[in-house]
Amino acid sequence: MQKYTYTIKDEEGLHARPAGLLVKCAQKCSSKVTIECKGHSADAKRLFAVMGLGAGKNDQLTFSIEGPKEDTDCATLKSFCTAHL
Amino acid sequence: MGQLVLYQPGQVKVEKYAVEDAESEIQRLKEAQKEAVNSLNKVYLQSLKRLGEKDSMIFQIHMMMLQDEDYTNSILDKIRQENVNAEYAVQETGKEFAERFAQMDSEYMRGRKADVIDISRRLIQCLAQKDGTKFCLDEPSIIAADDLTPSETMQLEKSKVLAILTRNGSRTAHSAILSRTMGIPSVVNLGDDFQKLRDGMNVIVNGTSGDVLLEPDEAAQNTYQQSREEYVRNRNELKQLLGKKIVTRDGRVMSVNANIGRPTDAEAALENGADGIGLFRSEFLYMERDSLPSEDEQFHAYQQVLQKMGDKPVIIRTFDIGADKQLPYLDLPQEQNPALGYRAIRICLDRTELFKTQLRALFRASAFGNLKIMFPMIISVEEVRKAKAMIEEVKAELSKEKIAFAPDVKIGIMVETPAAAVLSDELAKECDFFSVGTNDLTQYTLAADRTNGKIAGIYNQRHPAVLKFLEMTAKNAHAAGIPFGICGESAADPELTSFYLKIGVDELSVAPPSILGLKKRALTMI
Repeated sequence: MQKYTYTIKDEEGLHARPAGLLVKCAQKCSSKVTIECKGHSADAKRLFAVMGLGAGKNDQLTFSIEGPKEDTDCATLKSFCTAHL
Repeated sequence: MGQLVLYQPGQVKVEKYAVEDAESEIQRLKEAQKEAVNSLNKVYLQSLKRLGEKDSMIFQIHMMMLQDEDYTNSILDKIRQENVNAEYAVQETGKEFAERFAQMDSEYMRGRKADVIDISRRLIQCLAQKDGTKFCLDEPSIIAADDLTPSETMQLEKSKVLAILTRNGSRTAHSAILSRTMGIPSVVNLGDDFQKLRDGMNVIVNGTSGDVLLEPDEAAQNTYQQSREEYVRNRNELKQLLGKKIVTRDGRVMSVNANIGRPTDAEAALENGADGIGLFRSEFLYMERDSLPSEDEQFHAYQQVLQKMGDKPVIIRTFDIGADKQLPYLDLPQEQNPALGYRAIRICLDRTELFKTQLRALFRASAFGNLKIMFPMIISVEEVRKAKAMIEEVKAELSKEKIAFAPDVKIGIMVETPAAAVLSDELAKECDFFSVGTNDLTQYTLAADRTNGKIAGIYNQRHPAVLKFLEMTAKNAHAAGIPFGICGESAADPELTSFYLKIGVDELSVAPPSILGLKKRALTMI
C-alpha cells in the first residue's frame, strides 16, 4: 500500500475540470485508489465522490494506493497533482 | 438589437409507474445511457473544434457523470427496490445529487448543480426517445430562456444568435463561460424581470452593461446603432494594429506596453495589443488585507502574469508602499511628509525580510516567462548596489534549494526622483534599463504635490524642467547602451508623443485602454 499526501495549490481547488482529469487518471490505474480529505474519503475513480470532497486551495489530499502496480500508479498520481493541482 | 425568441426546451414530463420486470427496465436504462454518452460525445467533438480543449472539458465531465458508478448505482437501486420506471429513478437520483451540490460551501460547486440536472434531463430524454429540441432559427435573433445548459449553448448557431437572455444562471455557469468565449453578448439572472419578455418583441441587449431595452424608440435605436458601429470600428482597428511594431526611421523600435495593477489585467493588456507589461504594480498583493502576503501567494500571482504574457516582457516593480499607500499591519510610522518619507525601496532595504520574500517569489516566477524587475524611488548608486546584493543572496539560496529561476533576469530602476535623473549617467552603469515614473518625477522636480487640488495648475507634466530631465536621462541611458522607458501617466499624453519619439524612448507603458490610440498616433509620426 502506498500513501501520498498533497496540498492543493490551485486557486479554485479540486473543481470540475481537475476533478474530471484526476478521475480519468485514477481510472487508468489498475490499483485501488482512495482519496481522503478533511475527514471524508472517496473512491478516486468516481467523479461525484471526488467532487463531493469539496477540496479547495490549501486542503490536503491523502492518496492511498493499493495493487500490484502501486508504485507506478503512485508516481503517475504524484505527477498529475503537481501538474494540475 | 433584434427580435426576441422565447426558447422552451423539449420538456419531458416524467411519470412514475410500476414495472414488473426490473431487469429489462435496467437494460433500457443502460441503452439510454449509451445513447446519451454518444450524443454528448458528438457535442464534445463539435465544441473541441470551435472552442478548444479547455472550454470543451465540461462535456467530458458530463460524460463522466453519466457513467459514474455512484450515480448509476443509485438509479439501479431505485429501479430494483421500488420497481419503478427508469425515467422516475433517474429524475429522483438527479434531484438527490443536485441537492448534494446545492449544499456545498463553494459557490463554484453549487453551480455544478446545473450540470447534474443537465445530464439527468438528457438521460430522461433518451429514455423517452424524444429528440432534444433542435433549436432552429430562421433569422438572427435574440434568445431568451429560463436557462441554457452547456450543450444547448454550444449547439447554438453563432451566426443566428445575436444575444442571449436568461432568467436564471450565473456568470460562472458553464453556459455563460461558453457564450463569453463564443463572443455572444449575454445577460443572465434577470429573475423576475424575465416575465416582461415576450416572443417577437424588439429588444436591445448591451452585454457589457447588462442593460436590456424593450421595444426601444427610434432615438434609443439610433444611439445604440452608433455605439455598436463605434465598437465594431474600434475592434477592427485594434485587430489591424495588433502585433504592429513602431519602428522609427533610424531603426529604433518603440514598444507600447501596459501598466497593470492585478494579474487579471494581463488579459486586458493582451486584448488591447500591448507589446508587454511595462509596469506591474505589486502593491495590490499587500493591500486590502490584514497580513503580509506569503512567498507562495506572491509567486502564484507573478507566475500567472508571466505565463499569460508568454515571451512578452513583464516588468514587475518591487512594492512601493508608504506615502499614499498605507498598510495598517506593517506598523509604518506616522509621517509629516509621507511622499518624502519611509517608502518603497527604503522600506525594502531596511526591513530586508520583506524584500527577500518578494525577491524570492519573483525569481521563482522568473522560470515561467520573461521577467524584468525594477526598484522604485531610487536616489543613489549605493541603493541599487545593496538591492542587487540582496538579489545575489536570493539567487544563491534558490540554487542551494534546487529551485529553478531564469539566469538572466534584467534589473532596472524607476527614475522618479531628481537625484536619479541627475545621476542617471552613473546609475545607467548599474542597471539593465530605466523606466521613468513621470507622476512622481514631476511632483518632486516642481515641488508640487500631485494630490493637492489647489496647485493643480502648477503640477504640470509638460513643464520644461521635467522634459529636460527626461531628455538627459534618455541620453545617459543610450550612452550606456540600456533601454529607456516611460511608465507614468504622461506616457499617454498625446502632446508629448512626438517629443518621446525625438528623444528616442524605447518603451511607453500606459493603461490598456490607451494603447491603441497611442500606437495609432505614433505610427502617423514616424
